[in-house]
Amino acid sequence: MSVALREPGAVIELEPIRTRRGVVWQTIRRRPSAAVGAVLLLLVLLAALLAPVLAPYDLHKQAGPVFGHPSWSHPLGLDDGGIDMVTLLMWGARISLVVGFAATFVSMVIGGAVGVAAGYFGGKVDTVLMRITDYFLVIPDVPLMIVVAAIWGPSLFHIVIVIGILLWTSTARVIRAQVKSVRERVYVKRARALGAGHARIVFRHVLPQVAPLLIANTVLTIAVAIFDETALSFLGLGDPSRISLGKVIENAFQRAAISTGAWWAIIPPGALVALIILSCSLVGGAIEDALNPRLRVAHLSARSFRLRPLVGRSSDSL
Amino acid sequence: MRGADYVAKRLAFAVLTVFIAVTINFALFRLAPGSAVTNLARVPHATPETRLAIKRQFGLDKSKLAQYGIYLKQLVHGNLGVSFANSQPVRDNLRTALINTIPMVFLGTLFAIVLGTLTGILAAWRRGTVAEGATVTTALGFYSMPTHWLGLMLVILFAGVLPTGGMSNEFLIDPPFWTHVKDLAEHIALPSLTLGLVLYGEYTLIVRSAMLETLGEDYILTARAKGLQPWAILRRHALRNAMLPITTLVALSLGYIVAGAILIETVFSWPGIGRAVYDAVLQRDYPMLQGAFLLLTVSVVLFNLIADLLYFKLDPRITE
Repeated sequence: MSVALREPGAVIELEPIRTRRGVVWQTIRRRPSAAVGAVLLLLVLLAALLAPVLAPYDLHKQAGPVFGHPSWSHPLGLDDGGIDMVTLLMWGARISLVVGFAATFVSMVIGGAVGVAAGYFGGKVDTVLMRITDYFLVIPDVPLMIVVAAIWGPSLFHIVIVIGILLWTSTARVIRAQVKSVRERVYVKRARALGAGHARIVFRHVLPQVAPLLIANTVLTIAVAIFDETALSFLGLGDPSRISLGKVIENAFQRAAISTGAWWAIIPPGALVALIILSCSLVGGAIEDALNPRLRVAHLSARSFRLRPLVGRSSDSL
Repeated sequence: MRGADYVAKRLAFAVLTVFIAVTINFALFRLAPGSAVTNLARVPHATPETRLAIKRQFGLDKSKLAQYGIYLKQLVHGNLGVSFANSQPVRDNLRTALINTIPMVFLGTLFAIVLGTLTGILAAWRRGTVAEGATVTTALGFYSMPTHWLGLMLVILFAGVLPTGGMSNEFLIDPPFWTHVKDLAEHIALPSLTLGLVLYGEYTLIVRSAMLETLGEDYILTARAKGLQPWAILRRHALRNAMLPITTLVALSLGYIVAGAILIETVFSWPGIGRAVYDAVLQRDYPMLQGAFLLLTVSVVLFNLIADLLYFKLDPRITE
């Protein structure tokens, strides 16, 4: 990340941000790495979306020798079943992204609802909801995910639900803080005075204000969800019938890609996961920064900072 | 008396959290699909009499509430049940595993704290330079890598140089003391390094943002205006204040490290708590999984409590 060479006191030319496009442009100018992240993310998304069209080989047909070396026809070699690695990666990224997006959607719905309810209604509702959030923050997600996935049995749907219901806490906190401040603004009070109901105020006036922050949080949560899926797959808790990137790593590990010397079967899938997570962190962090520079500061207070090193990254530790 | 109230509140929160975790732990395993008997006792085609006998034996004929009571009572007495896999008490299994995990985790964390703090300070102090860019990019890179994959990369890199599995060479029988130490050190190197590298990325980013925030404070500007040496500003004014969030965050992260070791121990066949969880998952050894989950939760809650108290001790402004 390169930060422009400037004296701390020299940043006086404040450019007023008028439009949403202005925000995007400013973010990119201030943090070019965010643009790189966005482009990479877009490329991965495109490759995953177009896997049925672009994938050079059939996912279910042996295309060459088992653990075949990289060559012109197979740039990344072949896996333990003789399946082309490029094809495998494209389809794997597809499943990984589906899990990432779906789990994030679940956590956004829960976290958004809890955050809006707590922030909007305040008082007792707030106290109770935030207490619950506090408990969820302390309970270690990954062991709980493992326990739940082990009991429910491996399936893509279970994984999405498990990850989703454990990732919503940071969203809830961020949204709650924002809603609290929006609620006190004059136009909201005016709307209330004009007789607008709770639903109308929330959907027409509060949510549009909170939405950009929700998007930043979403991008960061997707990274965590993909990471968690990779971890669960590696522990044998992934869906056996769907090949995600995590599953590709697990298969290569279980079927002795390392002792065979087939580095091409194990390095690319992990590198791709790392790339996706890196891009999400860059993009999410930059949006968050652009929207609310104070947010970074708030995240460093011990109570709101969330750590889950190694397995399951905290979405707000950056 | 500042603090008694705060400490009591934090303690109550910790105790309550553990209680909730225990309850979740109880409920989760009763929600397992299929009847508890076919699942837990692994008797697919038993006669009704056998089923009843097994139910009685495990106390499953009693009401859920009574079962919960018994579970709590046994837990207070330190009884975590018996492992399905090796018929040993879960408590003993967990103790052995924990003893194996601690040195590995300790070494890795130490590595990460030292390296992460140094690079984090460097990045913040040299803001806007190539040094910062390089440091942050490296840290972000390690932060983004899947833990187990990083472990596998190290295995590929160091295969043949360092042992890549287990805790000691099993073919060394009664080795001389120093040979044994060397053997252990060689085995612990790769898992610890993996842990250290992943954590290092995270710690660098934390330390950097903590330092940047402190460096932006007015008193730093004052110190500069007074003409203090940069080194003195860094050490006495910036670092001291930045240590506050850093210490708390490191303490917080310690609780999650044990849980995080699951992936690393699986890659390196390290016979610790994480490996125990993995094996329990594979063998559907529910008592073991239940016990391990409880242990991990308690460790996280404990370190959270320590972080809270530490923060309170370090920052006199907190009077909540």
